[in-house]
Amino acid sequence: MIKVTFVSADGVRRTVEADEGLSAREAALFNSVPGIDGDCGGVCACATCHVHVDDAWIERVGLPEEGSMESDLIQFAEGTTATSRLACQIPMATELDGLILHLPELQH
Amino acid sequence: MATAAAQFENIDTIPLDEINVANPYLFQNDTVGEYFARLRREDPVHFCRESRFGPYWSVTKFNDIIAVDTNHKVFSSEAKLGGIAVQDMHGVEGALELEMFIAMDQPKHDQQRKAVSPVVAPSNLLLLEPIIRERAGAILDELPVGEEIDWVKLVSVELTTMTLATIFDFPWEERAKLTRWSDVTTASPETGIVESFEQRREELIQCAMYFKGLWDQRVNNPGGNDLISMMAHSPATRDMPFLEFLGNLLLLIVGGNDTTRNSISGGVMALNQNPEEYRKLRENPALVSSMIPEIIRWQTPLTHMRRTALEDAIIGGKQILKGDKVVMWYLSGNRDDTVIDRADEFIIDRENPRHHLSFGFGIHRCMGNRLAELQLRIVWEEILKRFSFVEMVGEPERLLSNLVRGITRLPVKLHAH
Ligand code: HEM
Ligand code: FES
Repeated sequence: MIKVTFVSADGVRRTVEADEGLSAREAALFNSVPGIDGDCGGVCACATCHVHVDDAWIERVGLPEEGSMESDLIQFAEGTTATSRLACQIPMATELDGLILHLPELQH
Repeated sequence: MATAAAQFENIDTIPLDEINVANPYLFQNDTVGEYFARLRREDPVHFCRESRFGPYWSVTKFNDIIAVDTNHKVFSSEAKLGGIAVQDMHGVEGALELEMFIAMDQPKHDQQRKAVSPVVAPSNLLLLEPIIRERAGAILDELPVGEEIDWVKLVSVELTTMTLATIFDFPWEERAKLTRWSDVTTASPETGIVESFEQRREELIQCAMYFKGLWDQRVNNPGGNDLISMMAHSPATRDMPFLEFLGNLLLLIVGGNDTTRNSISGGVMALNQNPEEYRKLRENPALVSSMIPEIIRWQTPLTHMRRTALEDAIIGGKQILKGDKVVMWYLSGNRDDTVIDRADEFIIDRENPRHHLSFGFGIHRCMGNRLAELQLRIVWEEILKRFSFVEMVGEPERLLSNLVRGITRLPVKLHAH
């Protein structure tokens, strides 16, 4: 099991555990963490699973490749930053144990 | 239910290659669903060789539709290639060509959408909610209780026009102009809305002048929350060439007009056809939040979007060739029970109600989705406060269109609490 902490826009921290291979979106939804909609079912088609990766983790998580579906979609999310990612595209892996993701106020 | 279409042809035995689901009459008599059900079973990516729209592919299953919608590098929305509907967009002499990013490819699509998108972002909508709610309440308070009225005319059209006027802070007494311009933008002479392309052009020029006037007033007046003020002040949009600004503005008006109107009507129909769901809603009005996406799935206000293949591709095992016209039938994908549980039923408390195709997916996914949901949520919350039952008392009439799934008349009687 891998630990991931979601920090809501108003600062509430929720730490959950997820199996390796699940996505960060699933880690949130399966544990009833609010703030991620994930309307498309996790197939990188809607950008309603937008998160800001904590600065301390962005290197390990990485950024989407330019021109990829994820980066094409993310540009239309509200309030994007240099560490914006789509949670459905972040697979849980042992090197991400302890990961911190910040949730936006609202998903567009 | 014995089908109306069965009187004309037997849907289950007609040869597959004679099926033409783009025939607008199948939408008007609401039998197209049975053709889609057959295609999903027997030929989910179907080629129609001959139709008045030319040859086209029909993609009918949920996941195949997502595969096309998210492959914008292969499947183009470009107006010059025919655009986004099974009926080609074409340049008509004398018509005013408005460029809208819904019918553009990257990179221009992305630049324009990025510039305009913040005006309908959820955080911005929160500021408009109280005014929309107050005005919706006022419209509902005016309605006569206990008499037969046309819900489409008195409620769906009024509420949608009111919201548009509110988000543009449009002069209130003149708000009917917005609905007119929306109709004119998508009109051609055969629709009966305008008599000629010259008339359409004239009216759109008046529309342009009118918005120019509003822009000029607001550009020197910072602080407005309305969409025109925001566009006049945002660095991304304030220097837009005027025709581009107008195209984007009209896209916001057109995008939110018929779609929302028909969702308001469709919800009343769905609840009347499913009295058990109406009962659940009365007992627990909090279900409005999951009911709204279900209404939008159920209605599927835009039946399809179309793409043009820029290169050969394989979808659902079928070989699509460069240049082919590919139609994603959202109305069919939204009834695909291999992905949506009990897809043929209207259920207001589904677990994942937003997992539907009505807003499309990918880079062209509806930009106004949150605005549409907000508007419908407010409308239903205010209806439930006032009326115990919006009773359908006659047969609804449907629009003759293979794109807009529209209800043109819906007789109802209101019951007070
Ligand atoms: C229930 C109501 C609505 C439905 C069902 C709907 C449906 C759609 C669909 C199917 C698309 C194309 C998606 C694709 O190609 O993948 C779209 C795009 C769009 N819609 Fe909506 N829409 C609705 C309400 C609105 C509203 C209220 C607005 C106004 C703000 C709006 C503005 C737009 C815009 C600007 C686009 C173009 C997006 C792009 O090309 O990037 N829509 N809509
Ligand atoms: S859930 Fe739709 S993009 Fe991640």
